[in-house]
Amino acid sequence: MTMTNDATGTAKKKLGLKERYALMTRGLDWETTYQPMEDVFPYATYEGIKVHDWDKWEDPFRLTMDAYWKYQAEKEQKLYAIMDAFAQNNGHLGLTDARYINALKLFLTGVTPLEYMAHRGFAHVGRQLPGVGARVACQMQSLDELRHAQTQIHSMSNYNKLYDGFHSWRHMHDRVWYLSVPKSFFDDAITAGPFEYMIAIGFSFEYVLTNLLFVPFISGAAYNGDMGAMAFGFSAQSDESRHMTLGLEAIKFMLEQDPDNLPIVQHWIDKWFWRGYRVLTLVAMMLDYMLPKKVMSWKEAWEVYAEQNGGALFADLARYGIRPPLGWQQACDDKDHLSHQAWATFYQYQAAAPFHTWVPSEEDMAWQADKYPDTFDKYYRPRFEQWAQMEAEGNRFNNGTLPLLCQVCQIPMLFTEPGDPTRICYRESEYKGETYHTCSDGCKNIFDHEQEKYIQAWLPVHQIYQGNCFGPDADPTSPDFNPLLEVIKWYGYNVGVDNRPYEGSEDQTNFRAWKQQTTSNAPAAG
Amino acid sequence: MAVKAVKEYVFAPMDTQEKLHGAQLTYIGWIDHLMFCAPFAFPFPPDMPFGAILEAVLPGSFGQHPDFAQIDWSQAEWTKGGRPFHPDPAKSLAENGMRHKDSLTFRIPGLTGIKGTSS
Repeated sequence: MTMTNDATGTAKKKLGLKERYALMTRGLDWETTYQPMEDVFPYATYEGIKVHDWDKWEDPFRLTMDAYWKYQAEKEQKLYAIMDAFAQNNGHLGLTDARYINALKLFLTGVTPLEYMAHRGFAHVGRQLPGVGARVACQMQSLDELRHAQTQIHSMSNYNKLYDGFHSWRHMHDRVWYLSVPKSFFDDAITAGPFEYMIAIGFSFEYVLTNLLFVPFISGAAYNGDMGAMAFGFSAQSDESRHMTLGLEAIKFMLEQDPDNLPIVQHWIDKWFWRGYRVLTLVAMMLDYMLPKKVMSWKEAWEVYAEQNGGALFADLARYGIRPPLGWQQACDDKDHLSHQAWATFYQYQAAAPFHTWVPSEEDMAWQADKYPDTFDKYYRPRFEQWAQMEAEGNRFNNGTLPLLCQVCQIPMLFTEPGDPTRICYRESEYKGETYHTCSDGCKNIFDHEQEKYIQAWLPVHQIYQGNCFGPDADPTSPDFNPLLEVIKWYGYNVGVDNRPYEGSEDQTNFRAWKQQTTSNAPAAG
Repeated sequence: MAVKAVKEYVFAPMDTQEKLHGAQLTYIGWIDHLMFCAPFAFPFPPDMPFGAILEAVLPGSFGQHPDFAQIDWSQAEWTKGGRPFHPDPAKSLAENGMRHKDSLTFRIPGLTGIKGTSS
């Protein structure tokens, strides 16, 4: 808004922030007359959510676009200054150990593409929700998410010059077996209606689970000397707090608008808590096994960010009739097992993973035993000691047979029965004469509620067996055709370099040699 | 339940047997041996004898476990879909009543994994 003169020629004062925001989010909207409103907002009602008065939407933050650009530009300036300084000063040589870099590979292939999908999702919802206040907030979040994707790519591109496995993250995201877990999670959300998307991503992920994703990674970066990743984390922090308040307003608005919305919203919370929790399996393993200098255990993170914070949130939402999500108790019980079961999986499928794995050292196993006194020595140490022994004998354990995947979360069926960590949890459903396997009651409930959606799942193992995961130059009729090798090539790995054990990897030898050069005049060994 | 959608929402399943060129998917897990993180998935011809799984397939998949050499298949206790199953090794998968995407487990009495920890 600029200064204007009224008829008397006296200058009016500028509008305040609050007035400008009110004009942008209320004054700019109108009822269409050339086209019926239901054609302009075609996805507004089919999910069954009833909204009577969009003016009751309480804007969680009142930012005008010009203020938004100004704040974001200031943050970008600081962030890129830090990233440049880190790169120019060979900041990577200040890392605790090159094993840390594998956590970044996991983040870049698994999480950064989701930031981009969140950008698309919020842009879509920001077009489709009939309320203008909600639309503006979603549009800003959409821009935030695009910025997060970009800053992460820029920050981690510095590592691509020096370390293996960073080169084809976008290509991998659409193909690689374990990346179908985060990919299918977001594809599920973005193909839902706008209200479900707001509960799936805005509330369940951004509000309930986001601390369990970002705090471990960003604190992990800080503890291990990665100034670049730490800086993008801090730069995103004020955006994240806006996203959390948007998610919370979205759920409160839906529940206050009509009592019929409660069962729909409750089901979405049940579904999306469990979908998100399953994706966090990757974070649990990163926190406990991939950080050379550890921040806290997955169990401790779960207790603080889920049990305490999440518990208080659901106590607060009880006044609307909302109860904690189904699966909450199981997730709490599984905190003693999750990371160990996940790392054991990546260790044995090393040949199919584009980052390095290792058997935890004696010192790390002592840390595990201290953090997990009830489970580590009893159930998991014997596995790792067996593998250490096999490695010492020159017979590293490589699992060469493809696993059964869960039809919903797409994770190999590695999770154990609630209450019995010695038994795999099997669940089965029948639908239109076909059998479907799920890893848990949570995933089975999700499947049984929307079978027609999940029978379309692109399960990497089944796709490989159908012959859909080979490159154009692969020849299955050739006598020396090696199907698994052809799959790895199709994934875009630098075969034998990206997907080998950490011990003896280029990352390990290069990092050691470069570190040595910083303190010695001797030519680099290795 | 039906998926809520703006128009008719019906799709073909992704993993029917004809898409696997006639092979039937079979999943096999070894009870008390969680060194193998998850059950395995195999595409088998339906006319393959069940005994071929024991002789030609499982050694390649489970053979690295120190317990594997001690297996006496005549002692194996099988389940299919969680219920007891008594396969005849001489008969084909189809003749044994196995269908596409059946899930099998086996347990060998006395073999309980590394140091008896079900690993």
